[in-house]
Amino acid sequence: MSAKIILEKRHNASPMMRYLSPLLAIGLTVIAGGLIFLAMGQPPLKALYLYFIDPLTSIWSLQELVVKASPLILIGCGLAVAFRANIWNIGAEGQLLIGALFGSSIPILFGDWQSPLALVCMLLLGALGGALFGAIPALLKNRFRVNEILTSLMLVYVAQLLLDWMVRGPWRDPHGYNFPKSVSFEGWHQLPIIIGNGRVHMGIILVILAVVILYWMMTKTIKGFEIRVIGGAPRAGAFAGFSQTRMVWFCLLLSGALAGLAGIIEVAGPVGQLQPSISPNYGFTAIIVAFLGRLNSIGVMMAGLLLAVSYLGGEGVQIELGISDKTTHVFQGMLLFFILMCDTLIYYRLRLLSSMPKLTQGGSLP
Amino acid sequence: MKQLVTTIIAVTAAVVMSLSATAADKLKVGFIYIGPPGDHGWTYQHDQGRLAMENTLGDQVETMFVENVPEGPDAERTIERLARQGTGLIFTTSFGYMDPTIKVAKRFPEVKFEHATGYKKADNVSTYSSRFYEGRYVIGQIAGKISKSGTAGYIASFPIPEVVRGINSFLLGAQSVNPDFKLKVIWVNSWFDPGKEADAAKVLISQGADIITQHTDSTAAIQVAEEKGVYAFGQASDMAAFAPKALLTSIVNNWTDYYIARTQAVLDGSWESTDTFGGMDMNMVRMGAFNNMPDDVKAMAEATTASITSGELHPFAGPIFAQDGSQAIGEGEVLDIGTLMSMNWYVQGVDDQLPQ
Repeated sequence: MSAKIILEKRHNASPMMRYLSPLLAIGLTVIAGGLIFLAMGQPPLKALYLYFIDPLTSIWSLQELVVKASPLILIGCGLAVAFRANIWNIGAEGQLLIGALFGSSIPILFGDWQSPLALVCMLLLGALGGALFGAIPALLKNRFRVNEILTSLMLVYVAQLLLDWMVRGPWRDPHGYNFPKSVSFEGWHQLPIIIGNGRVHMGIILVILAVVILYWMMTKTIKGFEIRVIGGAPRAGAFAGFSQTRMVWFCLLLSGALAGLAGIIEVAGPVGQLQPSISPNYGFTAIIVAFLGRLNSIGVMMAGLLLAVSYLGGEGVQIELGISDKTTHVFQGMLLFFILMCDTLIYYRLRLLSSMPKLTQGGSLP
Repeated sequence: MKQLVTTIIAVTAAVVMSLSATAADKLKVGFIYIGPPGDHGWTYQHDQGRLAMENTLGDQVETMFVENVPEGPDAERTIERLARQGTGLIFTTSFGYMDPTIKVAKRFPEVKFEHATGYKKADNVSTYSSRFYEGRYVIGQIAGKISKSGTAGYIASFPIPEVVRGINSFLLGAQSVNPDFKLKVIWVNSWFDPGKEADAAKVLISQGADIITQHTDSTAAIQVAEEKGVYAFGQASDMAAFAPKALLTSIVNNWTDYYIARTQAVLDGSWESTDTFGGMDMNMVRMGAFNNMPDDVKAMAEATTASITSGELHPFAGPIFAQDGSQAIGEGEVLDIGTLMSMNWYVQGVDDQLPQ
């Protein structure tokens, strides 16, 4: 006699639970995290406070939170649209880097051109660069049916090496002792700071705009409807006359442009120059952000802020309690694990099957 | 009952006061690390320096560190965070922290900063680095004597002047005993990536190198050397324990004396913005034990170490020829510090094109 557990689809999964599942996952992460701190011999409440609450208690850390979250949100809400349409752009990191390269051409090649228009051009070029780089997997998919997951991912390495070559070679600061950095961006080549002498820059406004516009597009426009139909039921979309080919172009250009914009915002904002490392894998982390935010741009905004808390909190426990920086990864991993688990259990139920009514070959159940 | 309450309040108050008093008296010293202290290389040695400094200065200091800080937008936040935590002195221990350090230093004029291996200073930012290339010359000489194939393999991280200096110094050392010595180079574009470092070591060995050296932070390459039965050198810390048969010696970065002196200076109020570029003479670069080599090679290595320490021998003394055959410097002259600091060309005999 053996028994096994199977997953059985629920006939009517609760829509409310679908939105509650991230909150449940956060709760479970906090509990599991507390247990881990306890097992490490650290005071669990203090550690949890430092991790989750402390980053929210000072004006400075709140500002830093916004700075850290903004590229994640900007990329994440573009990816959310593409993922909704079942188009898997995994290469946002590469599109970000190419956007940074395109946008940086203005301060590096036309350093004397100081005007607000220069900044606008930088931002536009950044978005253009990201979109062009996103167009490559779109073209390959539409023309040759090449899987966009593979091409977009592999193009990340191309972008990384291209950036590396540019800052070591042609775009190296001539007065920088041959170190791999471009000139520092000055004046109108940097995004103006909006609060005091912190690091919150004008780019934040663009992030909020992107969130609002994409939310409106997905909920109120035909385009949003088309994206949801093609993603949810491609055949129905085809009958409705929606073109899969045009959708591939639209999604990869849009998510690429937003990733490119995030890239130039990072370079013209917090980093202030082109260098070999400008993104701590924002393009990949944004994939987590998009899913955590339920592929909905308002949700993506919350998820981006939450991920930013996890980074800042991880630094906090490192400094205050001397815990390894791996904590951050463990917490992010737990968060993802619990959200997948909650989602699974919301759509499926566990059933214990005992092997009582044996199905014999060729026979049928009584 | 009332008395008890009063006593408790009084005791609590006293404890709190004394706690805050000790906290205020101590100088908080922060460190930013590019890798984990467990890399047994670059970051490990900085952490050893931190621990030794804490040991020596005892109750006067309290240290804290953040590991694996990426050289990008995160660095500035992490450094600022340490500054906001009430630290009086912050060591940022990788080149890529240069601009973030300068930016944070502007906002915290009362905090002292020390940036390793960069070139931008400020009133409250000092720079420090070591003449690692002096050690490279010594191991180059050893390689020149020991190698049967006359070819060494060099695993390099990033083509910045510091790394190029090391490659050139190694080869000049080797050519001083074997003028036909050749060097193969593989760039792994990372400071710490044990997988890539090991792969690079295997490729170099299969290309005929019978001695491996590396300018990356892990012990992966010397472990491959041990396995394949070729010789290797330790980098940044004494790695003898990781490859007892293969390791000839290590170049050891010693930050301890510097960290103690600089922290003491802050405690005394005598700290000033300086630019330190110390070598064997200041004991900032040391050689590990010379193992697995004949006595005459060992004697030569010891003699070379001594004459570099005394200043008698300079690794970049002429005549030196660049890879393209042009003479970089003539007999009786020494390359000047400016050329060394911005070095972006190979000397003759390097079997590689420098990434430009």
